[in-house]
Amino acid sequence: MSVDFLIDTAKKIQVVINDNSSEIEKLDQEIGDGDHIFNIQRGIKLVIELEPTIKDLKMSKALNQIAMKVLSGIGGSSGALFGTLFMTMAKGNAIDEGVDYKKAIEIFAEGVEAVKQRGKADVGEKTMMDVLIPVSNCLKKGVEEDKDLKEILKEAAEVAEKGMFSTKDLLATKGRASFLGERARGHIDPGARSSQLMIKTVCESVINS
Amino acid sequence: MKKFMNSADDFLKESLQGFGAAHQDIVSCHYDPNFITRVTPTKEGKVALISGGGSGHEPMHGGLVGYGMLDAACPGFVFSSPTPDQMLAAAEKVDSGAGVLFIVKNYSGDVMNFQMAAEMIQGPNESVLTNDDVAVEDSSFTTGRRGVAATVVVEKIVGSLAEHGGSLQECKALGDKVNKNSGSMGVAFSSCTVPAAGKPNFDIGDDEMEFGVGIHGEPGRRRDKMKSAQEITNELLEAINEDLKPEANEEILLFVNGMGGTPLTELYLIYDNAKNMLDKKNIKISRSLVGNYCTSLEMQGASITLTKLDEELVKHWDSSVHTAAMRWGV
Repeated sequence: MSVDFLIDTAKKIQVVINDNSSEIEKLDQEIGDGDHIFNIQRGIKLVIELEPTIKDLKMSKALNQIAMKVLSGIGGSSGALFGTLFMTMAKGNAIDEGVDYKKAIEIFAEGVEAVKQRGKADVGEKTMMDVLIPVSNCLKKGVEEDKDLKEILKEAAEVAEKGMFSTKDLLATKGRASFLGERARGHIDPGARSSQLMIKTVCESVINS
Repeated sequence: MKKFMNSADDFLKESLQGFGAAHQDIVSCHYDPNFITRVTPTKEGKVALISGGGSGHEPMHGGLVGYGMLDAACPGFVFSSPTPDQMLAAAEKVDSGAGVLFIVKNYSGDVMNFQMAAEMIQGPNESVLTNDDVAVEDSSFTTGRRGVAATVVVEKIVGSLAEHGGSLQECKALGDKVNKNSGSMGVAFSSCTVPAAGKPNFDIGDDEMEFGVGIHGEPGRRRDKMKSAQEITNELLEAINEDLKPEANEEILLFVNGMGGTPLTELYLIYDNAKNMLDKKNIKISRSLVGNYCTSLEMQGASITLTKLDEELVKHWDSSVHTAAMRWGV
């Protein structure tokens, strides 16, 4: 994983998120306050705009810049959560000496764990953690079992989709949707949908490379 | 959407510029990152009080910066939490060495961003988390009760203690006490429109009200048909009393807060109706506040906050304050 890969992937994610923007907006209007898609789009745009600043930086510095940009540029819960993800990845052990796929999975999993702590949300609470935690576990398991990388990523994309759909029947116990109580049931969580699309894009991008 | 605005992108900036210019004797506005401070530096040895939250609740919090209340406020975008860089810049500006007390409303985004700032900040700091909204059930399985209008009361009372030499720990303890002694509940008749969204946050019929609404128009306990002011007031007070359990002859602060779109005429009418009910229960209204302090853009609606008072709280409530939105004793 290189800094070029990060920027390149952000550009691919931008296309996918834009293609699905009206769906995400609609999901958020049903159980949130409707601003999630704008926050995500703004965050991705800001990361892509960092390209000239970070392209020659070491991985830890580049990830840290992305973290600060996302944190201050998105704001709200999304900014804090994605900021925490990248900030934790930036602290990954020896990442400036090269990041192979095992290292990438290791720091992603550390990032997801930090996001879980920050948001105090676990699987089953109708949030993006219903996608990120199972994906993180699936990736780690794949490495432990020494599976083929493409196989691992294919599985991770499937796990992401399953996690996203699982939010539909859940009650929300975190964030703004929690105030809806039973009224939130039957709706897919917009944060789960946007993170599933991002995971899918990253996986497919590596599989097809 | 009908709003006084030139563009959604400049909405917050122009409003802050106007606020800073109109109250230049009290506050200074700083930009990129955005924060508001008193025009005078923090007295040496005085704990610095910093609050913040999404914009759209004015005068909270910028209008509460000044002598006797906050040292700084960090406004986020409309209904969106401010970010740690704002809090760090504000803390650097107003910390005189006695520490920083963050006053944070219990909303996920605010909590997470203030928590990150608290982790990054160098000097001693503490946080008071307000969660006075009795409409939401407080349990470890939910985000918990929301922090709403009682935040204003916390900022006034702790602001006074900080001004009179209270330590960081004493200010934190008093803030927690005021929060614990307070309960609030609101009702909305109409929705509100975030400038960037351009359409109302929620739909509500002409004959309906959202009972227990949050300060961004989040759902409350239930959707009801409109009722008389006395009935609505009674129901709000019953919900608060059930939680706060004020005793007969106990002294309280009665705070009738407008959400932005309800005229003072009606807020005073609510005050009258609330007094009727509290009198019957022999609960003694010892201090009062009526007005638009913790608003939700143009939402029609109001909230009632009760705070149980003792000698210490009364003393700090009565002490001088000089901010854009609250001014007495000076």
